[in-house]
Amino acid sequence: MRSPVRIAAGQGFWGDWLEAPYRQVTGGPVDYLMMDYLAEVTMSILQKQKSRDPSLGYAKDFLPLMERMLPVLAERRIKVTANAGGVNPRACAAAVAEGARRLGLQSKLKIGVVSGDDLLDRLNGLIGRGHDLRNLDTGRPLRDVRDRVVSANAYLGAWPVVEALRRGADVVITGRVTDTGLTLAPLIHAFDWRADAWDLLAAGTVAGHIIECGAQASGGNCLVDWQSIPDLANVGYPIVEASADGTFDIVKHPRTGGRISVPGVTEQLVYEMGDPREYITPDCVADFTTIDLAQVGKDRVRVSGVKGKPATDKLKVSVAYFYGYKAVGTLVYAWPDALQKAEAADRILRERLKGLGLAFEAIHTEFLGVDATHGRLGREAVDSATLPEVQLRIGVRAREQAPVERFTRELAPLILNGPPSVTGFAGGRPKPEEIVAYWPALIDKQVVKPMVEVVEV
Amino acid sequence: MKKRLLELAHARSGDKGDTANVGLIAKHPKYYPLLVKQVTAARVARHFKGMITGKVERFELPNLRALNFLLHGALDGGGTISLKTDAQGKVFSTALLRMEIEVPK
Repeated sequence: MRSPVRIAAGQGFWGDWLEAPYRQVTGGPVDYLMMDYLAEVTMSILQKQKSRDPSLGYAKDFLPLMERMLPVLAERRIKVTANAGGVNPRACAAAVAEGARRLGLQSKLKIGVVSGDDLLDRLNGLIGRGHDLRNLDTGRPLRDVRDRVVSANAYLGAWPVVEALRRGADVVITGRVTDTGLTLAPLIHAFDWRADAWDLLAAGTVAGHIIECGAQASGGNCLVDWQSIPDLANVGYPIVEASADGTFDIVKHPRTGGRISVPGVTEQLVYEMGDPREYITPDCVADFTTIDLAQVGKDRVRVSGVKGKPATDKLKVSVAYFYGYKAVGTLVYAWPDALQKAEAADRILRERLKGLGLAFEAIHTEFLGVDATHGRLGREAVDSATLPEVQLRIGVRAREQAPVERFTRELAPLILNGPPSVTGFAGGRPKPEEIVAYWPALIDKQVVKPMVEVVEV
Repeated sequence: MKKRLLELAHARSGDKGDTANVGLIAKHPKYYPLLVKQVTAARVARHFKGMITGKVERFELPNLRALNFLLHGALDGGGTISLKTDAQGKVFSTALLRMEIEVPK
């Protein structure tokens, strides 16, 4: 009977708490540290950085974080899986290696690099050979926006990461590997799970889903009994403690805040869920209606019973393309009649935009404190006569920059030539922002060739 | 008697493109059948009338005592395109908890 394997979540997204990974590797025993950096918009941001400087295109704050942790990782033999490589995993690995050498870790560290997910340079060839990369939501072929594509990445699964671990990598840096694959790979590696052990792969995928958003599984952003969740200032990020049979516990380090409970883990399971019977990854199709949860100790939830089905022959592709421009501006109106004043300002502004003959794809108004999050339902629940203040938030979107630019100049005048009791414009004119939109598609698995390199520092 | 879902369930939501998902979880096993019976896709579509442009799908997870709703066309295009504060549907879940259902005494 092999001892359990402990995989700690260190980052749930790029920008997550910088203290969390360090606390995970120093707060108690762990075997692997998993860090998820990539969201849909992240790849296009990184691609832009790379196009300006070919040595960039990865999550830069991964470097100081790794330098801080490497001595501990080396001493405690903790391995790392992270998709911090973005659109340039090789450059990211080279920079981490340089940091390791500065720390005197020569020949003590192997870095694995997983790439092959980046399809940007292959797009014309793929489209030419009949891969339409149709938008999963609209059905349109990618050629419709081909000239505006900024980045294109296939989602790779766990197996290339497994290969890097098998070849001795201590730190595996990847491009667009799925969030769940970063957790599943160490489990496959540690327990030698077979490629067709669908239930086990599904179990590891569920484990990955639970911890991929960091503290969202251990008390963060948790609605149920939220006021009684202890010490979020010191929140412990979740750890998967897995057995070879696919059963695992979600735990956290002792003397940390937060809570691991069945209701809390359930909240994370349903987060971003589609059809629960078919949670599709490159590695398997997991059935979330088979998951059993049990509270088996304080801050310890056991997950068992997970069933899976064979993986499909497709990979998801995330394409980012230039869409247009948007800008959002705000003004704050005070009691009395705060809402009525904000509404009047919105009407006046819209009339002026119309008078200027500006063409927008959308103009969107919200009254914060009234309807921004709950729409009509919020408005129905509010007694507008007593509201001390309301923030008018108005946004526009257009394919061209000029109308959006002009809109940004129409807010400030309202302070002196619109309804009274207005403030909160200290930030100045809003800035037009480029919109890079997301185009989800599928591609045949066989045309994507993951690449694995392992280099000694 | 009528009770708000807030008293009977908790929820979390997220996004996939222009679709928001709302996972609704019974606070006690005895509430789950009430959710299944009364919080139908049609009822949820009426609840969010004027706030979403597409259809509502519902999936059942009896093992987790949860229902998952997909609200299509909920996010003004979603992601980076959306002009909404809640462009990623993070708090759509809480708006569902305003719904009232009938609970036996």
